[in-house]
Amino acid sequence: MASSTILSLGSASPLALLAVSENSKVPPQKVKFGSSGLTNSFLKAKGNSSLKSQSFGRISMTVAVNVSRFEGVTMAPPDPILGVSEAFRADTNDAKLNLGVGAYRTEELQPYVLNVVKKAENLMLERGENKEYLPIEGLAAFNKVTAELLFGADNPVIREGRVATVQGLSGTGSLRLAAALIERYFPGSKVLISSPTWGNHKNIFNDAKVPWSEYRYYDPKTVGLDFDGMISDIKAAPAGSFVLLHGCAHNPTGIDPTPEQWEKIADVIQEKNHIPFFDVAYQGFASGSLDADASSVRLFAACGLELLVAQSYSKNLGLYAERIGAINVVCSSSDAAARVKSQLKRLARPMYSNPPVHGARIVANVVGDPALFNEWREEMELMAGRIKNVRQKLFDSLSAKDKSGKDWSFILKQIGMFSFTGLNKAQSENMTNKWHVYMTKDGRISLAGLSLAKCEYLADAIIDSYHNVS
Amino acid sequence: MMWRYLGRRPMSTLATDWWHNVGIAPKDPILSITEAFFADSSPNKINLGVGAYRDDEGKPVVLQCVRDAEAKITGCEFLESLSRQGNVKLVEESAKLAYGENSDVVKEGRFAGVQALSGTGACRLFAEFQRRFRPESQIYLPSPTWSNHHNIWRDARVPSRTYHYYDPESKGLHFGALMDDVKNAPDHSFFLLHPCAHNPTGVDPTEEQWREISHQFKVKNHFPFFDMAYQGFASGNLSKDAQAIRIFVEDGHLIGCVQSFSKNMGLYGQRVGCLSVLCMNAKQAIAVKSQLQHIARAMYSNPPVHGALLVSTILCDPHLRNLWVEELKVMVNRTTKMRVTLQKNLEELGSPLNWDHITNQIGMFCYSGLTPEQVDQLRNKFHIYMTHDGRISMAGITTGNVAYLANAIHEVTKSAEGY
Repeated sequence: MASSTILSLGSASPLALLAVSENSKVPPQKVKFGSSGLTNSFLKAKGNSSLKSQSFGRISMTVAVNVSRFEGVTMAPPDPILGVSEAFRADTNDAKLNLGVGAYRTEELQPYVLNVVKKAENLMLERGENKEYLPIEGLAAFNKVTAELLFGADNPVIREGRVATVQGLSGTGSLRLAAALIERYFPGSKVLISSPTWGNHKNIFNDAKVPWSEYRYYDPKTVGLDFDGMISDIKAAPAGSFVLLHGCAHNPTGIDPTPEQWEKIADVIQEKNHIPFFDVAYQGFASGSLDADASSVRLFAACGLELLVAQSYSKNLGLYAERIGAINVVCSSSDAAARVKSQLKRLARPMYSNPPVHGARIVANVVGDPALFNEWREEMELMAGRIKNVRQKLFDSLSAKDKSGKDWSFILKQIGMFSFTGLNKAQSENMTNKWHVYMTKDGRISLAGLSLAKCEYLADAIIDSYHNVS
Repeated sequence: MMWRYLGRRPMSTLATDWWHNVGIAPKDPILSITEAFFADSSPNKINLGVGAYRDDEGKPVVLQCVRDAEAKITGCEFLESLSRQGNVKLVEESAKLAYGENSDVVKEGRFAGVQALSGTGACRLFAEFQRRFRPESQIYLPSPTWSNHHNIWRDARVPSRTYHYYDPESKGLHFGALMDDVKNAPDHSFFLLHPCAHNPTGVDPTEEQWREISHQFKVKNHFPFFDMAYQGFASGNLSKDAQAIRIFVEDGHLIGCVQSFSKNMGLYGQRVGCLSVLCMNAKQAIAVKSQLQHIARAMYSNPPVHGALLVSTILCDPHLRNLWVEELKVMVNRTTKMRVTLQKNLEELGSPLNWDHITNQIGMFCYSGLTPEQVDQLRNKFHIYMTHDGRISMAGITTGNVAYLANAIHEVTKSAEGY
């Protein structure tokens, strides 16, 4: 016997009313209810709706498309950094210059795939390695070389097995794993981030539900480091806070503490029982030397501090799109390191199960092979060297063209891919609107996107924006 | 006491042990099986744990279409812009695979599609999105389901409930109880569905049952969320395996859909997948996509390019695509043959139990019905590894080990009365 269900339309959702037989074996027939025969009755859905008739040997039903569950979803704000490249691409002016994203470009302003990377990929192709899942913590060979690269192979923290290293999705993914660890084991603890810092840091901690506050860093008056402000703010934070530090080549300012200043920062952190949390996205890229660029991290490790370090191979090996990096947690014992590693894995499994293999193999091959490693070091010196040359040329052009006597030497003092020009929002906008120079509104330019040939044009643009726009 | 030594400071004896409160995490129930397997030195050992395809020699396989695609893209000069394109192509082609080449949804751009970190990453993106925009909602997960589903929604802070799925009596689908749960759930509930080759049970609804489920979902205004990890791997036919999804879309549901290329293209370690959310119109799709990308930006910024390029290269090259389809059939034929052989062997050994479910179930896994005690015995006595729920990865069975396996299963079950 057919039993039918009629569902009355709820007031909330404007949906079709359906009459259906639950026993699908009953042949199609009209169903009588009380005095009125029931055929297809429906209410039109609000907004878009499409009505279709279907029949599977049952009473035919008319169905309206549901109103989307996600009606209320608004457009997300455009990413301030990645949005710059999009705007650049849309610009048709010949003189346009993209100084937005921190991706290295050659003098011809082309992307650059390192020779060692091509060699490593060819090796991998020849070997025909399989594509099995990596363990949750990533490729063992990669984890080994990445920790050694960072701390030095002879470092006690490595020899004593006190570093928990887990392969992560470049810098972002590694930071996110660390943030999730902090949220779980130090609920309520704050992360102190520099003012300014890379825009995505805030997103990462927000989404991970880790509270953050800022410490003074950039001094617009000197276009340099506000060291006293930095120390004072770190001191003022509640004991046991996490202090996010850029290991080298601070993004966005390019301003790094001196070795003496690093020592004082380490002192204060130790005094306040804070935990140092390094973001190392540019090892080798800042000075051209892998060891020199790791000296801040190594100093803190040598102090006996427990610390976190996120690494990225996006810039220094040009592996941007492969998403390869690591999170390292230096602990006071190898037992603690093992436990921390197990918990990092537990956080990673519901995020992406295990990390992508390709980039990890490239790094392991390059860093693990002496010949390739040396070749890498040379290529890195070339890349860092090009940026230093461009800084010099820009400084020379600015000094020559600017008659106001303004001191542009901060450009030479800054280090790494970026320079904080000291231009404000309106001035930065002028750079784009009048001169078709694309940069972020905080006044940051990516020198990696600048060629020697364009330095004079850029100098003109900067001088105009600085002096003629307020 | 502080002194300068070699320009650096000495080890402090007062290092704070920040992590003393961090206990050792429980091992992942699936991935730890493989770890234990590697540690075992027995020559007879068999790994029936992880759902990763093996050939008849028990070796991992890289598909020829993948090798060919890789040769094409290796050493490419323009990685960055390719990465953007590869990404776009991947999403387009994935949508066509799921919804059909000529689907209106695809033609009209009525979906928000993003590349994701394989199935896990796609599920997580959706779970985070669900929590952000439907904070009052829960997710209904089938009982049982892939264990990581629970972890994903839990870490995304979306409460979960289960709905009846597997019937241990019949070793098949508990359809009546499933429909009751669908009806009794509050309207507008979110349900996770496996469109084909259910993991871990291998038990799939029939076409007719899917239509009924879809219909009831319309009545209840539920949100159907599909996790498709085995398209092509269930029946060997890509369209057939996506049929459940297409039924729902035809019925007018605005679904969410996860796709993984780990198994069907053997790209496990590359982490390639796609998340799509069907929307009312292209404009809404753009908004939803922007939010998904926003969530991804704080998790990993952009997805990895290599695997995406492999997938898009294969799907966009007719020769490679045909090769892929053939290779898929080879994998499915082999696992099907192992099902048949295992069942036959058990029957020939005179097992008192009914093993029909081995060939009734579909896809990579068989829910054997073995108890945890029996699973332990298989491991300890016979060096055969599987998850504690009795799930067997058929891909781990070969003509070389199937007799040993059948014998071992028979040994641990022959005195069982039926279960």
